[in-house]
Amino acid sequence: MEASSDMEPRVEVSVERAGGGIVIVALSGEIDKNSSPQVRNTLVPLFAEKLRAVVVDLSGVSYIDSSGIATLTEGLQLSHRSGMAFRLSGMPPEIKRVFEVARLEGIFEVFDTREAALEGLA
Amino acid sequence: MSSNAPTDSVCLTVPSHARYLGLVRKVIQQVSQEGGFTEDEGRKLILAVDEACSNVIKHSYDNDPTKTISLTLTDSAEKLEIRIQDFGKRPDVDRIRPRDLDEVRPGGLGTHFIQSIMDEVTYDTSPGVGCILHLVKYKSPQVRHKHR
Repeated sequence: MEASSDMEPRVEVSVERAGGGIVIVALSGEIDKNSSPQVRNTLVPLFAEKLRAVVVDLSGVSYIDSSGIATLTEGLQLSHRSGMAFRLSGMPPEIKRVFEVARLEGIFEVFDTREAALEGLA
Repeated sequence: MSSNAPTDSVCLTVPSHARYLGLVRKVIQQVSQEGGFTEDEGRKLILAVDEACSNVIKHSYDNDPTKTISLTLTDSAEKLEIRIQDFGKRPDVDRIRPRDLDEVRPGGLGTHFIQSIMDEVTYDTSPGVGCILHLVKYKSPQVRHKHR
């Protein structure tokens, strides 16, 4: 049986180069076991570039599971190794709750808005 | 408490492919809403069941998409019971435990989500049943009242 398109969780990933070695990765939709590889495939190669910072904008994300959190945690670890800043922005309350259940809300640098996350980086 | 309150059951069998997790989440959302759970409780239930199904796909079936996962959701006045059955590798139940949260690393959070969200988490690996993960979420008195 072929799954119809509305059964497939969709995530949209866009990459914006803000200049000054700052990259914004905007995510929207649902991040789960099916879609998190798409996020990882975009995020991980960024840490091989000589960037100053990666900001992940989560304002369009309606769902995240442990695989999505694992992808962001991997990004955090890679940023530590490469000396880059790694910030999360625009986290909707329902996504924040998942980070709280995971007890990871204090591990990441989290900002209310993309603009706030960019402050001090340029 | 209403002992005469109706008990509703919903059964769903999906292929063991992650693209069906969205469908599972929609069903859980509908059932939790019908059962009177709050939006926040419903979101947590969705996460717990999603993680349980992801674990089946990854660990029981080694990501083989040709198998099936069967869910039975039974909603009553006191609780929502969820049975998740698979016929993959039998898990070593004694070794299933959430990881140490002080250790910051990718992965291993799914079991923590399930155990922290659900009130009861038990496994049945009796011969002939494959593996049945039995999850229970009890309802608050306010929710029970609405269910009458």
